Amino acid sequence: MSATAVHSLWTTAGEVTTAAPGDRFTAPTIEYAQLAPVLIVVGAAVLGILVEAFVPRRARYTTQVFLTVVAIAAAFAAVIGLAADGYATKNAHIAAMGAVAVDGPALFLQGTILLVSVVSVFTFAERRLDPASHGTRVDSFAAQAGSVPGSDGEKAAVKAGFTTTEVFPLALFSVAGMLVFPAANDLLTLFIALEVFSLPLYLLCAVARRKRLMSQEAAVKYFLLGAFSSAFLLFGIALLYGYAGTVSYAGIANVVDGSVQQIDPALASTMGNDALLLIGGAMILMGLLFKVGAVPFHMWTPDVYQGAPTPVTGFMAAATKVAAFGALLRLLYVVLPGLTWDLRPVMWGVAIVTMLGGAIVAITQTDIKRLLAYSSIAHAGFILAGVIAASPEGISSVLFYLGVYSFVTVGAFAVVTLVRDAGGEATHLSKWAGLGRRSPLTAAVFAVFLLSFAGIPLTSGFSGKFAVFKAAADGGASGLVVVGVISSAIAAFFYIRVIVLMFFSEPKADGPTVAVPSPLTMTTIAVGVAVTLVLGLAPQYFLDLAGQAGVFVR
Amino acid sequence: MSFPLLTATAALPAIGAIATAAVPAARRTAAKWLALAVSLATLVLAGIVFARFEPGGDRYQLTESHAWIKDFGVRYELGVDGIGVALLALTALLIPFVILAGWHDADVLETNSSRWRPTQGFFALILMVEAMVILSFVATDVFLFYILFEAMLIPMYFLIGGFGDRAHSGSDENAAAQRSYAAVKFLLYNLAGGLIMLAAVIGLYVVAGSFSLSEIAEARANGSLDMATSTERWLFLGFFFAFAVKAPLWPLHTWLPNAMGEATTPVAVLITAVVDKVGTFAMLRFCLQLFPEASKWATPVILVLALISIVYGALLAVGQRDIKRLIAYASISHFGFIVLGIFAMTSQGQSGATLYMVNHGLSTAALMLVAGFLITRRGSRLIADYGGVQKVAPVLAGTFLVGGLATLSLPGLAPFVSEFLVLVGAFSAYPVVGIIATVGIVLAALYVLVLYQRTMTGPVREGIGGMPDLKVRELAVALPLIALLIFLGVFPQPLTEVVNPAVQHTMHDVQKKDPQPEVEAAK
Repeated sequence: MSATAVHSLWTTAGEVTTAAPGDRFTAPTIEYAQLAPVLIVVGAAVLGILVEAFVPRRARYTTQVFLTVVAIAAAFAAVIGLAADGYATKNAHIAAMGAVAVDGPALFLQGTILLVSVVSVFTFAERRLDPASHGTRVDSFAAQAGSVPGSDGEKAAVKAGFTTTEVFPLALFSVAGMLVFPAANDLLTLFIALEVFSLPLYLLCAVARRKRLMSQEAAVKYFLLGAFSSAFLLFGIALLYGYAGTVSYAGIANVVDGSVQQIDPALASTMGNDALLLIGGAMILMGLLFKVGAVPFHMWTPDVYQGAPTPVTGFMAAATKVAAFGALLRLLYVVLPGLTWDLRPVMWGVAIVTMLGGAIVAITQTDIKRLLAYSSIAHAGFILAGVIAASPEGISSVLFYLGVYSFVTVGAFAVVTLVRDAGGEATHLSKWAGLGRRSPLTAAVFAVFLLSFAGIPLTSGFSGKFAVFKAAADGGASGLVVVGVISSAIAAFFYIRVIVLMFFSEPKADGPTVAVPSPLTMTTIAVGVAVTLVLGLAPQYFLDLAGQAGVFVR
Repeated sequence: MSFPLLTATAALPAIGAIATAAVPAARRTAAKWLALAVSLATLVLAGIVFARFEPGGDRYQLTESHAWIKDFGVRYELGVDGIGVALLALTALLIPFVILAGWHDADVLETNSSRWRPTQGFFALILMVEAMVILSFVATDVFLFYILFEAMLIPMYFLIGGFGDRAHSGSDENAAAQRSYAAVKFLLYNLAGGLIMLAAVIGLYVVAGSFSLSEIAEARANGSLDMATSTERWLFLGFFFAFAVKAPLWPLHTWLPNAMGEATTPVAVLITAVVDKVGTFAMLRFCLQLFPEASKWATPVILVLALISIVYGALLAVGQRDIKRLIAYASISHFGFIVLGIFAMTSQGQSGATLYMVNHGLSTAALMLVAGFLITRRGSRLIADYGGVQKVAPVLAGTFLVGGLATLSLPGLAPFVSEFLVLVGAFSAYPVVGIIATVGIVLAALYVLVLYQRTMTGPVREGIGGMPDLKVRELAVALPLIALLIFLGVFPQPLTEVVNPAVQHTMHDVQKKDPQPEVEAAK
């Protein structure tokens, strides 16, 4: 009985004719090899939980870090293997009964997410920045997340030298969700992936070691608004199901472009109703735009970026954006290409207010993490300009931009973790005054990241910006390009302001110090700088890679 | 494959910059000598380029072409024409003087931090600017040019903001604030101009499908690339806006007095004598060549803006109380002349404009650097603080006077030739414009001579007595520049020979004939 119901929910993609109601339940075919990247990460995450349960406290940190890094590396190797087998191009394929696409964009984004995750995990594992408490080296995470801030329980936990090594499996679960998100090929998989990567992120936001109340507040905000957007997404999915009688991308696309006329008797009254399509599509877009932090769905971004532990902020800012834009691209290009003329004006509006809004509000910020948050909003706008291009070039430019942006972001937040005073990280901008005198190298590195954000030539930010603007102009969106350059000029102002502060202001007597990090964080920063310069000077190889990956399978 | 001479000329200062920056903190003097040696070696390479350039040969010579970013249609294409080679030589020539003049500008006063290395940074940044400017003069790919045009802002920005003039009125804190204000203003103006240009660069690619200057020009010439009139005009405006900010043309000039006033004098020379030339150079090379029709369409407005720059800059120079700002406003007036020469669209005008760029570089460098020596001695930029300097420091006063006379285009000194050509060129095409522009010359005499009179003549002021005269290092800066000004004043042929054929090419691009039978360039 329930077999049929369940059945019609998750195997309809192209299988409607073979699976007549009343058939015996047939086991779905799962191409394990093609799903290997996701499976490896999920498997490692589950193992990580077992580590928490069974490995002695002393050994947990080492074990977890090792497990996490190995798992991500193995998953990345699997992605490379799939790409080498031609899944990115000619063998592009839909796996797991239509639920997951294995194609160029999916593999490119999965590779990017995995690389960004591994450098983020390095910053998670950093234990040299905070002064050792009671003889234990500690990281950015609370001694015991469950203890009430300021309570005796917390003090006891700190004294006992507890550390929250659960962050590693949580990060892995989140990565697994992100891997599925841009590859999801039906709406339910999309929704599940969204929840799988969001829930661990909500938790990770809440476990800062310092400023715990702010961290918890950020997590609550993120969770509430996130739940809200999930609800929108789910409602949109329901409406689209009503419209198309299926949740598979290909199936919906067929109904949209009119190649399927056959009407499901149960949905006879709604199927093909354009109102459902438009409202449903818009609601799903809302859910995704929330995740990428586009105006007007950006309200959570500054608070959450500021409150979350900085390594988590970097991870979230980079990887979430990659995953969410991947999903957005697939949805727009596979499911709703026929809707170009209906949705384009809306997307234009969103892109314009996102670019301008992010850049303008950022000017007034006084906290470096909030500033980077608004900067990320402006960048989301730039990426949207590429998304709107609606051409293969648009896809590849967005893929390239995401790769560029995510490494710079992780690197920039890693630098933020280094600048500290007695109260932990010194994120107020006034404290950064004169940093260039005190620690020229740190300031120079951060300046490189800022210049890249500002899109100054010879940095990767310029290559990326040029790619999306060119795609947008080619795709007939010259207006967006003009708004884009104007908001770049506005944005340049606040990036430059930070550089002025660092290099041209006198250092304050009680200013922060720059902690000397372990090789872990150094690696993260070095990777960021290297990517920034290499993709600024010689981006051709990566443009090729993104160009080859620019075709979605349907 | 032949030796990539142009790449080497640009790469040498870039590598030198990195090497200079890497000199250990304690070896500051070594960093200075290294930077000077690199700049002299670059001068030698530039000399070879100049010698190998055949005025009667191809339009672009010593070309290099390599694939760079295929997806963007970008190639690493270099080639030098007569205009580029003149400016390349100017740049390579001025940098050693800039370095020599700024020998002590970045000395460390307080050594509270051993890792802070301003001296190394100062000279490394100057060399980095040199590398980028040289490359931008020889880039024949629009995208490559754009990248350099924007990227050179960053080292300039740090030079302006990071190394202030020690001679200022008011507290240290106040000076630092003004300096960083000037640096930010410089950067934002230029960055905004550059970003507008970026939109036009992208637009150009969408329309033309290529960034190669020669390919686009060829396609335009044989009609295979047909640009709609409105498109061409928009793209022209995008490019011109950026160059007009850089040049700077009224009303986009306001960053220049701030930047030149607050920067150390060598950096001020670097801004006005070298970096700003990229703007006027690009008008000649890119605006006229890529958008000939739109250039002609915009000519009336641009001529008016140039005239306003000439008169307005000169008037404000007359009214200045600060020596460096006075020279900055004089430069704005001179840039007006250059733009006037370019857009008069006559061969005399454009030859004159090109010569003007070189001569203005030399004369401003001479005047500004000697003014810098003066200011360092007294510790003030205000004209009112000086008087009677010629009695205590006659050599200083004398070199200052020659620099000043060059600035007001005294016959016999180099700028006269170019100013004369520009005026002849402008007059033959637009008589009224030529007449109004001469007002600028009269005012130039006024502001230069009044400046000299107030600072150098009269009774010796308090604080001036006992002022030492120019030292060997300073003479090594001032005398060669003056010698060059005199040499090019009486014998401009070496320059006109290279410049004229290039100007003919440009004139051909815009399909303009001189209004009257060709006159051999003056002299």
